[in-house]
Amino acid sequence: MATDVTQPGSGRSRSQHSAFSGIEPGGLGAHAGFRGGGLARRDTADSLERGLGWFSMCLGAAAVAAPRWVCWLSGLRSPTVMRLVGTRELTAGIGILTQSDLAPWLWSRVVGDTFDLAALSIALGRRGRRGRAAVALAAVAGVTALDLFAATRLTGSRAGRTAPGVSGRTDIYLERSIAVSKSPEECYRFWRSFENLPRFMQTLESVQQLDERRARWVAKGPMATRLEWTSEITADRPGEELAWRTLDDSGAANAGSVRFEAAPAGRGTIVRVSLHYSPRGGALGAGLVRLLGHDPQSRIREDLRRFKQVMETGEIPTTRGQPSGRRSLFGRVTRQWGLMS
Amino acid sequence: MKANVWYGKEQLKVESVPDPKILNPRDAIVRITSTAICGSDLHIYDGYIPGMLPGDILGHEFMGEVVEVGPEVRNLKIGDRVVNPFPIACGACFFCQQSLHSLCENSNPNAWLAEKLWGHSPAGLFGYSHLLGGFAGGQAQYARIPFADVGPIKVPEDLSDEQVLFLSDVFPTGYMAAEQCNIRPGDTVAVWGCGPVGLFAIKSARLLGAERVIAIDRFPARLRKASQWADAETLNYEQVDVREALEVMTGGRGPDACIDAVGMEGHAHGAFGTYDKLKQALWLESDRPPALRQALMACRNGGTVSIPGVYGGFVDKIPFGAVVNKALTVRSGQTHVQRYLRPLLELIEKGSIDPGFVVTHRLALEEAPRAYRMFRDKEDSCIKVVLQPWADVPTVEPEKVHETGRILH
Ligand SMILES: NC(=O)c1ccc[n+]([C@@H]2O[C@H](COP(=O)([O-])OP(=O)(O)OC[C@H]3O[C@@H](n4cnc5c(N)ncnc54)[C@H](O)[C@@H]3O)[C@@H](O)[C@H]2O)c1
Ligand SMILES: [Zn+2]
Ligand SMILES: [Zn+2]
Repeated sequence: MATDVTQPGSGRSRSQHSAFSGIEPGGLGAHAGFRGGGLARRDTADSLERGLGWFSMCLGAAAVAAPRWVCWLSGLRSPTVMRLVGTRELTAGIGILTQSDLAPWLWSRVVGDTFDLAALSIALGRRGRRGRAAVALAAVAGVTALDLFAATRLTGSRAGRTAPGVSGRTDIYLERSIAVSKSPEECYRFWRSFENLPRFMQTLESVQQLDERRARWVAKGPMATRLEWTSEITADRPGEELAWRTLDDSGAANAGSVRFEAAPAGRGTIVRVSLHYSPRGGALGAGLVRLLGHDPQSRIREDLRRFKQVMETGEIPTTRGQPSGRRSLFGRVTRQWGLMS
Repeated sequence: MKANVWYGKEQLKVESVPDPKILNPRDAIVRITSTAICGSDLHIYDGYIPGMLPGDILGHEFMGEVVEVGPEVRNLKIGDRVVNPFPIACGACFFCQQSLHSLCENSNPNAWLAEKLWGHSPAGLFGYSHLLGGFAGGQAQYARIPFADVGPIKVPEDLSDEQVLFLSDVFPTGYMAAEQCNIRPGDTVAVWGCGPVGLFAIKSARLLGAERVIAIDRFPARLRKASQWADAETLNYEQVDVREALEVMTGGRGPDACIDAVGMEGHAHGAFGTYDKLKQALWLESDRPPALRQALMACRNGGTVSIPGVYGGFVDKIPFGAVVNKALTVRSGQTHVQRYLRPLLELIEKGSIDPGFVVTHRLALEEAPRAYRMFRDKEDSCIKVVLQPWADVPTVEPEKVHETGRILH
């Protein structure tokens, strides 16, 4: 349901799909570690890689923007070379942070590190810059070790996989809730009319009810791609709960539920969404996870927020289309990408 | 239309931008007739409010005439004269239902950003950073008002713009600050800062029955306003030791309630002043809180410290031990303006207060950059500037109003 479901690709192989069929969506909430509303699992591998990606971005930005300063820091000489190093770092950083298959990008970092180590060793030979070059050398050596570790581990874990997927990732269980000042019945009724869903689920284009239990979903992927899938309702208790799972191999296999719990003392409804999906699978699907699904938790949170806004106020607050003075590039980009209103 | 646009610290430009349009069914568009500069705008001007983007239109204290309404706005019609509250509130959420409008859950499109900084997001505000929604402000010729069926209040024609304009912010803000003090007969209230917010807090404390009000600032013109207009006793903190003076004035017990109407750009001499400036410059502290520290220390045991002054992030060396060991009540918040509009309009209509007294300068909107500088630096005894969006520059000379102040109490 919530938008992320549209991104994680999966369901290419039969075995994965059947993994979903075994799950009763209503029972998802019982999954360990799920209650807190956070990502139940996050691979440590993932955070190391991401850390290295961001490190590349920062170093790259510094080397491109202030090459002389980085030269001075590291005891190196040529600002031009420094700019090239910066460009290389930025490329590697973007690669690591956005691509599904990380191994080549991490290996590119290892190669880059080797170059840096060589350059710094030469600088160490020069008089006057030894101190800084030695410190820089030690730092690069440390980073090289991490890069090597990450790259080999990834390559190792990749062996034996059928599809070049995101390494080491397992199924993702999410839960998120929001308090809405409307009755459980009202919330349920709005949600149950599936054609309402695109009003608050940002990446949904349309949902069409096929029959009593099945619906056809169309979502906008990144770069004008589209994802479509069919879902089936697995539980439907008016005013209380709705649960579903996907039926076909769409690259968006998921199962989930939304529960409408009466809040105490007439304070409306706690709307609780549980979602289970697997980001493994086809290159495209995994790529989508990388591009959009880094923070599926916050995507669900934002969709739920919009649900609340529509329910309580009949509209979603916006500033799109309001006047402003000249925007800087940063301002235009953040607003264009919908990062900020 | 013309609008006052922010391009960076101390960089403002009045320029042509597109006219606002209705974007949501509950929007309205007003043609602005008067708009003011607030002490909160100075925090933006001085570059202390995070989440600003070059190109943002400033301003949150404005009034005008409705020129367009969305299909869901049924209580307003074209031609209505309205004053607009600075927080944007839906009227239907958990907080709006309790009249805590500045905490509206549904008006900040960037709620997630504010959540990162504060844990939860308050309401969206006009012209007050993308952290608080990124809504275009009202130092312009027109503004779009979201949830126009909840916010703006219609005002009678026989009251002048300046009599009702400050319902948009500073009058309710001063009033709420005083109301939070839970004033009882015989109480002494000390107020740090005699800008518009402080002055309205002082006046409101009087209206709410405070026995004595002590006004603290360093600008003689402002202190004079406080004593002439609201009958306050005054302390110039450059001339007296404030703590000492308050002890003497209250029999060693301290004021029953203390109001910090200074906020994050508090001024201080001496070591602490330098300390805060340095830390703020090094980004080790986002706000400078000398007035807050003093208020917490000065307040009597079991008293209330009410903080209308705006703080944005992190402050340092706050004597929190005083809060615990003296059993203080600390209250704060962006003002829930919507809930004060009607009762305060009634006070104005009854003649209990004439909010126009704070105005010292009227300028054309075009002069906004100069007006900000003047207001920030307290040049020419500036206390409050009203900008006129439709005036031509040469015809509006900086005009002094209410020079002597008017004592209505
Ligand atoms: N809570 C709200 O909703 C709300 C609304 C409007 C304004 N504000 C805030 O209220 C504060 C005051 O606004 P204003 O329009 O009156 O601004 P202002 O700048 O005109 O007034 C501030 C006054 O504080 C005085 N001051 C500075 N340091 C002091 C100190 N150490 N001790 C005593 N006085 C000191 C200054 O001399 C000045 O007169 C600002 O922080 C503003 O952001 C809050
Ligand atoms: Zn204000
Ligand atoms: Zn609300």
